[in-house]
Amino acid sequence: MKRKVLIVEPSEIIVEGLLATLVHTDLKILKPEYSIDDLSNRLDVLRPDILIINPTLNDNVTELRKAARSMAVVALVYQYVKQARLKRFDAVIDIRDSQQAILQTVLEVGAKAATSDAAMSSHELTRRETAVLIEVAKGLSNKEIASRLNVSVFTVTTHRKNIVRKTGIKSVAGLTVYALLNNLIDEDTVI
Amino acid sequence: MNDFLYKDTDNLSAMITAQPQLLLTLSHFGIPMGFGDKTIAQVCSEHGVDAKFFLLICEVYSNDQFMPQAATLRATPMQGLVPYLLRSHDYYLNRRLPHIGHHLDKIANMLPPRAGKAIKQFFSTYIEEVREHFAHEEKTVYPHISNLIGGKSDKFKINDFLASHGNLEDKLSDLVQIIFKYLPGCDASKARHVTTDGEPAAPSHADDDAIDMIFDILQLALDLRKHAIVEDKILGPFVKQLEKTAKL
Repeated sequence: MKRKVLIVEPSEIIVEGLLATLVHTDLKILKPEYSIDDLSNRLDVLRPDILIINPTLNDNVTELRKAARSMAVVALVYQYVKQARLKRFDAVIDIRDSQQAILQTVLEVGAKAATSDAAMSSHELTRRETAVLIEVAKGLSNKEIASRLNVSVFTVTTHRKNIVRKTGIKSVAGLTVYALLNNLIDEDTVI
Repeated sequence: MNDFLYKDTDNLSAMITAQPQLLLTLSHFGIPMGFGDKTIAQVCSEHGVDAKFFLLICEVYSNDQFMPQAATLRATPMQGLVPYLLRSHDYYLNRRLPHIGHHLDKIANMLPPRAGKAIKQFFSTYIEEVREHFAHEEKTVYPHISNLIGGKSDKFKINDFLASHGNLEDKLSDLVQIIFKYLPGCDASKARHVTTDGEPAAPSHADDDAIDMIFDILQLALDLRKHAIVEDKILGPFVKQLEKTAKL
């Protein structure tokens, strides 16, 4: 399975530059994030193997790794950042580095990072997915679920895709039966 | 023009032997068995079925990659299409679904009440959906075809129908997943293989019943998928062509 890379960086031009650098590698580049709104949920859903993030957005590596413990975290630096803030990162990319050097850094980190294959191929629903499943089974729309769980609609749809992949059940009616059989909901909560 | 796997000079029984799933088309065409060694053309003409149209449907059932070309459709008489679809609807609603429902009830009654009720409810809702799906086609699309052929115009557009043509197989596949992955107590039969005094008990056939039913469901799902292909890839282009001619 390909290693997944998530880039979190507010500058579009820098994101584009990085994408161009990484495009010919064997890495799977996820849709970049331009802000850290909802980042912990995104990490929980996407489970990247490598996270490239601007440390001015978030330099709390321990917190970032909460969702995906084996994830490698790379700092993307283009202004002065105190050394102390960078020491917990697995690697540092400076945008003044050559394209070759940047590529090298990412590939080395990727090779070291344990893949999260095991987590992805697991058929157990995560806590978050179970929470979404319960709301789906109650007949709520993605929008309603998003506001109830305080996440974006996009996150809800990603959770739903994972639920379908893991359970093999596509329809809401089928998921409701699944939820009932697994005692996640009561008969009277079904609308 | 597409190249078909079979021609009307082929022996019907040889075709069915090679592709047993084509037995389903016999039922949808109302062709009884016992046709000996007659050719496809002979059997079709005996039962008032157009052989070209019959072969077109057989191609859908036997060739998963089949994509009918416009020229093939133009060269195929389509007067048998609506009767064929109506007969198929009747077969699904009045024969296959009740058959599966009967076995599902048997299995559901052996489950804890909560699970049994959920499964029964799921299936009865599904049957209602299928009924509505077919009724909608029979009320809108088929009269539209008669109108077009009879030179009458109406407001219905086949493209609106095709755009919203839902699939009926997904829920069947969900049902299969639920039965073999998530039903509690389906291995209760194993527990009863040995009685309290250590004597082997008569094996329960609960699991075998469930497996038989899964085969029935999978076969219906396959049939419905082919039925949907007939509607989307044959009926759709055919009606579009009629609509175009009607405008001229």
